[in-house]
Amino acid sequence: MALDKFQIAQRIAKELKDGYYVNLGIGIPTLVANYVPEGINVILQSENGLLGMGPFPKEGKQDADLINAGKQTITTIPGSSFFDSAMSFGMIRSGKVDLTVLGAMEVSENGDIANWKIPGKMVKGMGGAMDLVASAKNIVVAMMHTNPKGESKLLKKCHLPITGIRCVKKIVTELAVLEICDKGFKLLERAPGVTVEEIISKTEGNLIVEGDVPEMAI
Amino acid sequence: MNKLYENADLAIADIIDGSVLMLGGFGLCGIPENCIAALVKKGVKQLTCISNNAGVDDFGIGLMLQQKQVKKMISSYVGENAEFERQLLSGELEVELIPQGTLATRCMAAGYGMPAIYTPAGVGTEVAEGKEVRNFNGKDYLLEMAFDADFAIVKAWKGDTMGNLIFKDTARNFNPLMAMAGKITIAEVEHLVPTGELDPNHIHTPGIYVQRIFEGKHYEKRIEQLTLSK
Repeated sequence: MALDKFQIAQRIAKELKDGYYVNLGIGIPTLVANYVPEGINVILQSENGLLGMGPFPKEGKQDADLINAGKQTITTIPGSSFFDSAMSFGMIRSGKVDLTVLGAMEVSENGDIANWKIPGKMVKGMGGAMDLVASAKNIVVAMMHTNPKGESKLLKKCHLPITGIRCVKKIVTELAVLEICDKGFKLLERAPGVTVEEIISKTEGNLIVEGDVPEMAI
Repeated sequence: MNKLYENADLAIADIIDGSVLMLGGFGLCGIPENCIAALVKKGVKQLTCISNNAGVDDFGIGLMLQQKQVKKMISSYVGENAEFERQLLSGELEVELIPQGTLATRCMAAGYGMPAIYTPAGVGTEVAEGKEVRNFNGKDYLLEMAFDADFAIVKAWKGDTMGNLIFKDTARNFNPLMAMAGKITIAEVEHLVPTGELDPNHIHTPGIYVQRIFEGKHYEKRIEQLTLSK
């Protein structure tokens, strides 16, 4: 069975280590916060200017001055801090953020990522994504393996305008966990019940399969 | 030294057609609502606006877009505005999309008196087109110029009559950076207090950066994405 978006988030949460400062992008990455493993404390960074992001507020406690990078109302936690946007990207650029999780439209076998623009169709802008991918040392991508037409999103080369070059470390899709290595996408784990053959057929870029590929523990 | 203005209309009175403006805020959080309303009322046109976002259709900079007052937007993300997208695709509006950290740091550079900065954001992408690339310690960086804006328009939580500012929560965002970067900085504040009332330890923006200040009225402080937990 392919994973649903919640299970993708759950699998990515296993990448978290105690004491990590983590930046979660919009969409599936945001859900990762719901699956932080027992005994692990992470501090969430929101690039609009907050370290120590708490849960959504209860009804009546929302504050227009307190939002996350997705413009959602949020709360602080004990130990939170606020800062301006230059300092926020300063901590990202200087490598202080341990893990960045973001979505993607395409990833190439050398770790390039495209997630900000579809020429002629979508012109929303890159927000903080280009800064994050250019500087973060540990980037995990949450994405679907194929687009709605069934075409692979794990490519030899990105077709869409790219957000950053040679930056993605790991990818979690509904079918597999993959790592970018020198030769391409290395298959680390497959979703329960998903065959290696299916993953091969849905991966356009070079896929490296070594030995028995274990099933994900979800 | 009198920095005190009665209202937004007077504070923005000398903004003319073709001015280059910085406007603080992230999404609709911490935007200078009173000055935007005054700019819409004044009807100045051909503006260049440097702001992380472009508001939504009926609020924030979106109100200026509706009146076709903006010639060019320099932003990092403009996803919540249908009128913006329409003007962009029809060619009525010029748009420069740049990475959010680059936007912040180009403001910072202006405020720190530095002509330019190097950043890795955008290396190898279309953002790098036409820009100098320089390698430091094995990694490529782009040369990005400090902004040069006629006016910076910011919103703070508290301010005093000397122009010292304190921001609240994530409404800080680009506001203190832009406050430092404008040739003339106009600050609207929710609470204006007499000089001496703010603790000097708590000042985010020293008054030297602020030329005009007034207490804003009728803040709507609209929430873009209301999300609640049970």
